[in-house]
Amino acid sequence: MSASHPDRPLSREESAGYDRKVLDYIRGAAAHGLYEIRGLGAKRHLPSFDDLVFLAGSASRYPLEGYREKCTTKTVLGTRYAKKPIVLDTPITFAGMSFGSLSARVKEALGRAATELGTSTTTGDGGMTQEERRSSKTLVYQCLPSRYGFNPDDLRSADAIEVVIGQGAKPGGGGMLLGQKVNPRVAKMRTLPEGIDQRSACRHPDWTGPDDLAIKIEELREITDWEKPVYVKVGATRTYNDVKLAVHSGADVVVVDGMQGGTAATQTVFIEHVGIPTLAALRQAVEALEEMDMRGKVQLIVSGGIRTGADVAKALAMGADAVSIGQGALMAMGCNGSSWFGGGAHHDATADYAAIGTAPGFCHHCHTGKCPVGITTQDAELELRLDPMMAARHLKNYFKTMTMELTTVARACGKSNVHHLEREDLVALTIEAAAMAKLPLAGTNWVPGVGNL
Amino acid sequence: MESVTADRAAVATRRFDLAHGTVRDLNHFLHRELPGSGVTRVDVENPGGRHAIAVGIDHPVDVEVLGHGGYYLAGMNKHANITVHGNVGWGVAENMMSGTVRVKGFASEAAGATGHGGTLIIEGDASLRCGISMKGIDIVVGGSIGNYSAFMAQAGRLVVCGDAGDALGDSLYEAVIYVRGRIKSLGADAREEPMTAADLAAVAELLGRAGFPYAPSEFKRVASARSLYHWNADADQEY
Repeated sequence: MSASHPDRPLSREESAGYDRKVLDYIRGAAAHGLYEIRGLGAKRHLPSFDDLVFLAGSASRYPLEGYREKCTTKTVLGTRYAKKPIVLDTPITFAGMSFGSLSARVKEALGRAATELGTSTTTGDGGMTQEERRSSKTLVYQCLPSRYGFNPDDLRSADAIEVVIGQGAKPGGGGMLLGQKVNPRVAKMRTLPEGIDQRSACRHPDWTGPDDLAIKIEELREITDWEKPVYVKVGATRTYNDVKLAVHSGADVVVVDGMQGGTAATQTVFIEHVGIPTLAALRQAVEALEEMDMRGKVQLIVSGGIRTGADVAKALAMGADAVSIGQGALMAMGCNGSSWFGGGAHHDATADYAAIGTAPGFCHHCHTGKCPVGITTQDAELELRLDPMMAARHLKNYFKTMTMELTTVARACGKSNVHHLEREDLVALTIEAAAMAKLPLAGTNWVPGVGNL
Repeated sequence: MESVTADRAAVATRRFDLAHGTVRDLNHFLHRELPGSGVTRVDVENPGGRHAIAVGIDHPVDVEVLGHGGYYLAGMNKHANITVHGNVGWGVAENMMSGTVRVKGFASEAAGATGHGGTLIIEGDASLRCGISMKGIDIVVGGSIGNYSAFMAQAGRLVVCGDAGDALGDSLYEAVIYVRGRIKSLGADAREEPMTAADLAAVAELLGRAGFPYAPSEFKRVASARSLYHWNADADQEY
C-alpha cells in the first residue's frame, strides 16, 4: 500500500486549538517537566494603540504648522507633595530595568542618553549602580519587595522614589534572576551567594495593604525631607482599584505597566496570561483619577508595549502624563539585531543566537545571560559587545524620533502642547479597542459598553 | 513610662515634644541641623505612637524616645543609637545600616526588616515576620517571635531568647537564627544544625551586646539547607 493515493490528498487540516505553537508547548512540557522562563513581553496579538487613529485637524479643527510652530513637550511629574518635582524635556522616559538583568554598560548608556534628552532613567531590582547615578541626571530609585541593595545613601541621592508593587509582565509573580547572571558584583549588591538562582519576592516585607503603604510612603518622605516625588508602580490587573488605592496611599505619580511590558526572566504563563493590555489599563487608570478629581494633581505614567511616537501620542491623548519605554530602548541598542559593532566593524551574531536556540528577530533569551549583542548579560566578554557611547547615541536618536512624531501629530490636532492631546482626538478601529479604550468606533458614535448598545 | 533625668550639659541635649511639635520637624533637625551642632542626645517626649520617628539618621547621636512609637521607628538608621522606652509598631529599624536600636517594650510586625547592619535589640516579644529579608543586621529578641520570622533572610544573625512561631526561616539564605526556646515549626529549606564553638561565641557576644543573662549553650542553631538555591523542577514546587 502506497503512502499517498492520487485520489486522496494528504489531510493537512490544521487545528486552531492545537496549532504548531500549542503542539510545541505540549511537546516541550512533556519532554522537560518544567515551565518555560523567558524574557521580553507578551508576544500574542492584543488590542493595542495600533487599533486607534487620530482625527486631526480639518474644517472643524484648526491644525498647527507641521514642524515649525511651537509645540511644548515639557513634562512635570510629582507636583502633589514633593518639594522638588521632576521636570523633563519630553514625556518619554526610560523604564525601570535592573543592573543584573542588564549590564552596567547598558545602564550607563541609558543614563547618558537620558541626560542628553532631558528625561529620566529608573533603577531596578538590585539597586543603584554608580555608573547609572553618574551618567543619569534624573534618576528614579525603585523600592522593590526584595530591597536588594536598597540603602539610605542611594535613596538620598535619587531624584524620585518608585515603590514597585507589580510589573505588567508578571503581576503578583515576583521575579527571578537565574544563577548564570548572578556574578560577583551582582551577588555583592544583592547580599547573596554567587551563582544561585535568585528570587525576588512577590510582596513587600514591611507593609501589606494600602493603609500600611500610606505609612511606608510617609516614612520614605520623612527620610528624604519631603523633597522627592514618590511614584507607585502597579502591574495592570484591577487597575481601576489599584490606581485609587495608590492615590489613597499618597502617591505623587502612579505608574501603570500593562501586560505587554517586558521582563528579563519570567514564566511564559505569566507573560502571556496574567494581567490586562496597556490600552485597557490606561483607560481604567484615567477614569480612577478623574473620579477622585486627581487628574493633573497625581500624574500618570503608562508603560508596556509603547514603541513609537504614535503610541506615545495616543497614550497622552487618552490621559497619560508620560510614558516609559524598556523593550524598545533595548531594541534601539541592538536587541534582536543580527550583528554587534566593535573595533570599527560589524560582527555577525547569528551563530551566537543559534547557540542559545534562537535567531535574530525571535530572541527572548534574556534569562540565559548569553545575550549575543551584549545587552542582557553579566558575562565579562559578552558585555563588551555593547559600546555605551554608541548605544547612547542610538537611544537618543530613537527617543528624538518618537518625540518628533509626537509633536507632529499634536500639531496636526491643533495642540501647541503635547499634553493638550485629548480623547476627543481619537477613534478606534476595532470593537475590542473601542470597548477597552472607551472610544467610538471610527465612523460611528458607538462606544461599546456605553449607552444602549 | 521611664523618665530620663539628664545630668549632662544642657547644650548637648535637645528635646522635642511631639505633643506640640511634628515628626517632620524632629526628622528635619536630625538630618539637617544635628551634624556640627554639638548636640549628642535628642529626647523625644510624648511620641504618642506616631509613625516614622527618628528615621533616616546619618550621624552619631543618642536618641531617647520616651514612650511608644508607631510604624518604622528608626527606619534606615545609620550611626545613631536609639532607645525606645515603650513599644513600637511595624518595621522598627527597617533597612538599618549601622548603629543600635533598643526597644524596651514589645515590637509589632517586620521588626528589623531588610536591615543591612547594626544591632536591633527588643527586650520584649516581636510579632510576625521579625527579621524578614534581613541582609546583615543582628537582631536580639529577649522574648518570643511570631510566625514567618526571618522569611528569605539573607545575612546577619537573629537571636531569640524565647520561642519562635510557625515557618521559622522559610526560604532562608545565609542568615543564621539562634533560638533558646521552642520552635513551633521550621519553614521551607530551614533546618536545625549543631551549635559549633563559633556559634557559641557569636551568641555569647550578641547576648552580651543586648545585656541578656542566658547561657549560649541553651540555644539551637537554625540555618538554610540550601536546597532551594537552585530552582529544581523535580521538587514539584511543593516544599
